[in-house]
Amino acid sequence: MPETVTATSDFAAAPISLWRRAMNSWATLAAAASVVLVLVPLGAVFGYLVYKGIGSINWAFLTQIPKPVGEPGGGMANAIAGSAFILLIASVMGVPIGIGAGIYLAEYGRNRFGDLVRFTADVLNGVPSIVIGIVAYGIVVLTQKHFSALAGGVALAIMMIPTITRTTEEMLLLVPNAVREAAYGLGVSRWRTTLSITLRTATSGVITGVMLAFARVAGETAPLLFTAFGNQYWNWKMNQPTAALSLQIFTYAISPFDEWHRQAWAGALILIVLIVAAVSAVRIVAGRGMMTGAN
Amino acid sequence: MTGSQPIAKPELVPNSGLQPEPLLNAGNSAVADNIFHLAMLACGLCVLALVAVILYELVKGSELSWHAFGLKFFFQSEWDPVNEQFGALPFVYGTLVSSLLALVIAVPLAIGVAVFITEMCPRRLKGPLAFTTELLAAIPSVIYGLWAIFVLVPLLRLYVEPFCARYLGWTGLFEGPPYGIGMLAAGIILAIMVVPIISSITREVMTAVPQQQREAVLALGATRWEMIRTGVLRNARAGIMGGIILGLGRALGETMAVTMVIGNRPEIARSLFAPGYTMASVIANEFSEATGDTYLSALIEIGLALFIVTIIVNILAQFLVWTVTRGTPARSHA
Repeated sequence: MPETVTATSDFAAAPISLWRRAMNSWATLAAAASVVLVLVPLGAVFGYLVYKGIGSINWAFLTQIPKPVGEPGGGMANAIAGSAFILLIASVMGVPIGIGAGIYLAEYGRNRFGDLVRFTADVLNGVPSIVIGIVAYGIVVLTQKHFSALAGGVALAIMMIPTITRTTEEMLLLVPNAVREAAYGLGVSRWRTTLSITLRTATSGVITGVMLAFARVAGETAPLLFTAFGNQYWNWKMNQPTAALSLQIFTYAISPFDEWHRQAWAGALILIVLIVAAVSAVRIVAGRGMMTGAN
Repeated sequence: MTGSQPIAKPELVPNSGLQPEPLLNAGNSAVADNIFHLAMLACGLCVLALVAVILYELVKGSELSWHAFGLKFFFQSEWDPVNEQFGALPFVYGTLVSSLLALVIAVPLAIGVAVFITEMCPRRLKGPLAFTTELLAAIPSVIYGLWAIFVLVPLLRLYVEPFCARYLGWTGLFEGPPYGIGMLAAGIILAIMVVPIISSITREVMTAVPQQQREAVLALGATRWEMIRTGVLRNARAGIMGGIILGLGRALGETMAVTMVIGNRPEIARSLFAPGYTMASVIANEFSEATGDTYLSALIEIGLALFIVTIIVNILAQFLVWTVTRGTPARSHA
């Protein structure tokens, strides 16, 4: 428990000395300054995104596929659609497993095995995304013999699962036990109680978790580099390489062409708007608390 | 938030002495219950299986390289794909230096932010400030990279690096031509990315310190800063350490932003202006074009090392945070 304060004698002197007063003001100033220093890059990132990106977003950017190098115009329509496609694949796999594991932990997991699963989910959460890319490459790309949307989806699904699992568990635990008991008392079976009463009550919280996981993986690039790989054309096949917004931003950003740089900014602006919209929606739905990036 | 919604309203019919209708049309079947239990258990097992599969794939993939180079792999600095000579030392060095640099910059800032938000700022500012700083964590790595290439790097090249070279050049850390791109740029961009992680954990553990502790120190005549230092920070230090280590874990594995600004050259240089290479960025750059099984295997072995290190770091961090926050009700992560 909290240790005792040992510095009692320092405080005993009746009037607060000038030195201690100065230290107090200085510390307050330093803390306030660090907030400013942290907000500056945030403002700078958003400011530049809007400033550089807004001019390049037009109808062509949203509806056309990239033009060959040197030709002006063209857009990222295939990359936007590709990102949506990969995220859809990832959600179809990741969301049910994540919610299921969360239900398991909250409703059946008050034991050693539950602790193990909980701990493993936290470990999985900390695995670098690039490593997950290697694994998706090993499982899907090597089996299919080529880069594919499916491989990208698998990589992102692996990243979504721990976030969804842990939030679902927390949200279900917030549902008072009396609610479950009331349902049992009315003769509702346990599985039906969990799905129709407990999960239903915690719906907004569970959606929060899903959206957070979604926001987290929507901008992921590293695990897609050698799974979805990128594509200059439209693709709607699971087993073909697919463009993704984040990959396209990366390729364009490190290219030497001004036209591509402009498009990278525009793509980044669209990506960040989507992510901030998701995060803000979460905040409105959740209604309280803070969104944490670390967990 | 969750308890507020009305659940189904049971409409009790007063007159019937009959058995009440079940609220939901569901059988009491033990079979269905068991099936549901097993299905949820399977989902839980999936989580375990995923980590097992990750480990298996990495170990299997790196076998070739492990047999060829053994432990020497991590102590050799030659990276020569043409002659199939692989040593990961420059990448290990680059990863460690960029991450430590990031921590040096980020830790004071993050703790300052956490102290300001939990102890100093007006209550009305608390929520918005917390949300804004954590918005930093929601920005994707590739966007940080984009911003760093076009804004941070020119800034470093034109102003910061010449300044450092002039006044701090004697340390030997700031020598050589100021390219802008290099270890310093990577460290700064990583610092921006780990600040929200460290500050959110620090806030969490500071909030877990009992209020009586603060009141007791204030009652002894302490100023606010003395109260924060002796009453709050000292009690929360293990958890703050945990937050820092968690930030380290994130910095070690961070890929895109670093790849875009570190210069990607497998060299070990003392100067922070010099380009470097990290474990994550070598995988990102070379994996899809690695020709030859040994080459690919060497990259996977780097991935395995990264995996093991981040796991150890994360476990340590969680343990430290837990020592402070245990006993207090779990804070909602939403």
